[in-house]
Amino acid sequence: MAEKLKPRERMKIPRQKMPEQDPKERSKNFKEVPFGLTEEQALIEAERCLDCPKVPCVKGCPVEVDIPGFIMLIREKEYAAAARKIKETNSLPAICGRVCPQEEQCEIVCPLHKNYGSVRIGYLERFVADYERDNDLVELPEIAPPTGRKVAIVGSGPAGLTAAGDLIKLGHAVTIFEALHKPGGVLVYGIPEFRLPKNIVQAECDFLADMGVEFQNSTVIGKMDTIDELFEMGYDAIFIGTGAGLPNFMGIPGENLIGIYSANEYLTRSNLMRAFDFPNYDTPIIHGKNVAVLGGGNTAMDAVRTALRLGADNAYIVYRRSEKEMPARDEEIHHAKEEGIQFRLLTAPIRFLGNSDGRVQAMECIRMELGEPDASGRRRPVPIEGSNYVMEVDLVVVGIGNSSNPLIPKTTPGLKCNKWGNIIADEETMLTSRKGVYAGGDIVTGGATVILAAGAGKKAARAMHKYLMEEVKK
Amino acid sequence: MPKVLDNVQIGPLTWKMKVEIPRLVAKAKAGQFVIIRVNEEGERVPMSIAGLDKENGALTIVYQVVGKTSALMTTVPAGGELSDCVGPLGMPSHVENWGTACVIGGGIGIAPIYPIAQAYKEAGNKLITIIGARSKELLFYEEEHKAVADEQYVCTDDGSYGHHGFVSDVLKKLLDDGVKIGMIMAIGPVPMMRVVSNLTKQYNTPTWVSLNPLMIDGTGMCGGCRVSIDGETKFACVDGPDFDGHKVDFDLLTRRLSAYHEQEREAMKRFLTDPGCRLAKDVENFSYPD
Repeated sequence: MAEKLKPRERMKIPRQKMPEQDPKERSKNFKEVPFGLTEEQALIEAERCLDCPKVPCVKGCPVEVDIPGFIMLIREKEYAAAARKIKETNSLPAICGRVCPQEEQCEIVCPLHKNYGSVRIGYLERFVADYERDNDLVELPEIAPPTGRKVAIVGSGPAGLTAAGDLIKLGHAVTIFEALHKPGGVLVYGIPEFRLPKNIVQAECDFLADMGVEFQNSTVIGKMDTIDELFEMGYDAIFIGTGAGLPNFMGIPGENLIGIYSANEYLTRSNLMRAFDFPNYDTPIIHGKNVAVLGGGNTAMDAVRTALRLGADNAYIVYRRSEKEMPARDEEIHHAKEEGIQFRLLTAPIRFLGNSDGRVQAMECIRMELGEPDASGRRRPVPIEGSNYVMEVDLVVVGIGNSSNPLIPKTTPGLKCNKWGNIIADEETMLTSRKGVYAGGDIVTGGATVILAAGAGKKAARAMHKYLMEEVKK
Repeated sequence: MPKVLDNVQIGPLTWKMKVEIPRLVAKAKAGQFVIIRVNEEGERVPMSIAGLDKENGALTIVYQVVGKTSALMTTVPAGGELSDCVGPLGMPSHVENWGTACVIGGGIGIAPIYPIAQAYKEAGNKLITIIGARSKELLFYEEEHKAVADEQYVCTDDGSYGHHGFVSDVLKKLLDDGVKIGMIMAIGPVPMMRVVSNLTKQYNTPTWVSLNPLMIDGTGMCGGCRVSIDGETKFACVDGPDFDGHKVDFDLLTRRLSAYHEQEREAMKRFLTDPGCRLAKDVENFSYPD
């Protein structure tokens, strides 16, 4: 590439497409769908960046990654340095490069977006993070001298991992408590291998461990120890990032039939417990031939694509609104369609029918039409009377969201929650109603995204550092 | 990783394992449970707490070989390790002084009812204990229970030891004789808990049962352990495991427990035919419980 291209010339550079597994092939395996950009492609894509002085992309990023900064390093083929540049503000680039909704954040504000398609910031982020890891170029960042302060992080999802990474760098002693036997939270139990390989999550956790973060897995805070007991154990500040872990069900007849899973259970069986590899792994999972996944979010897409990979002949998304209202990322919807997922839109189940063994065999649905907008601003679905019909299904996955898990709020006096049970935290500092207790991620916002949780972890770490240094005397 | 202090066979297909896990044991109370994983490929299995040795930080679990995971558990030697043991999970059993309390343990349920019996006794209750099994060789913990109980009844379905009959027969006789019981807690196979609950409903005697549905995380996250209590769906892992026996939908519980029978058989068959399996001989008479 020429040394100095004019913006007009940069606009003419073709936007790079990520190579990915053929839909027919991939719908039968659990390997990652997109392969990642090649080095050549990354160099071309990096040339498209206009290096705007006003950096709209940085402002669009919940953790304010220096996007032009890392892209300029790619142009210089300093890929590992580019990864480190991202890590100055985002500890999880290999993960965020894969699962962040860049199209709604950094990429939508790119000046190229409208006419040429934005710079593929997410692809480039993934490229440098993978390059650094695959070539063993990961270096530990500088760690400040020990401050003598101890921090407990409850939950090892994106919020907790981010907070831990920032706090350990500042010299605090950090322990992460995780209820499950593996760290990573939703990154491990929720997001499937084909979208986020688990060795990448493990590598990010190993990186934190190498920096000195202590992981205590299989430890349920609220059961083993309460928040107050953590203080008694000598922790000076606590971050709660336990996620939105209480699945919602439809509350319609027949919902407890065998073969009706919450998305959490279905995905946890397949992802964390690796039931897709039964009997090499001991955890079983029901393989449906006609599978209906209820809901229109990323979790529903993950579940329906998992069902397809586990051998479904027909895998349906059943959603009561239209495609436009679906909360899932466009990319996920697109991938699902390519793989042959069938969309039954404006459709709502009203009851499940079972056979004599108590296994689900059909689902009665009603068609919907869109009425006036509701509180969420989306048009409210209204049932069309008399439009009922029966769908044959032998597996149903309910992916209509989560409520907040009450284990910690119930055992922590003085910790204030809103009417949905989400912990109330200050928007800027993530401080809760309890001194020294911070919270972030889905336990505060309700079901949201990986990067918003990471952003909350980051804000909390900043405020916790200030609190630890100014108010905790050692 | 939690260390296995002891793992001994106490009946034809019944084993007792002692696990060293001090922090958990310090917090655990009667009626709670743990989830263990034997190895990296293993499933997460809920196990009732059958004993808490607070002094040595050790937990006792008693298990029956009913499938691959329990068969695999028997192969962990004393001094070996489990991959994970998490807990204490679930709500502790409700304990107060009702005057007279009765605990009923059927089959493998004889084990988890034991710490509850201790807790009832400590709360000042006069304790009536009824334990039973299909036959004599399936009974265990008789002496342990005897040491706690004020009155103890032992029965076998086939009459090979103690009273000939079911635990519910003994209970019915007590109730018919006018023995005033303030609270009954029954743990055992689902049919036994159902029969006891149906019986005590007629006598209007409060009865708790401890439910054992399938589950994964044990913290309310997966919803796999859904049970129906008085028509309302509850998660046994966080709302239970103890529930009012008069309100439990036992049919639903039975059905949901059978969800993976086919896969469980496949896994067990594969395990037993593995040439390295030293257990195959021990369980050659293995038959699946109904």
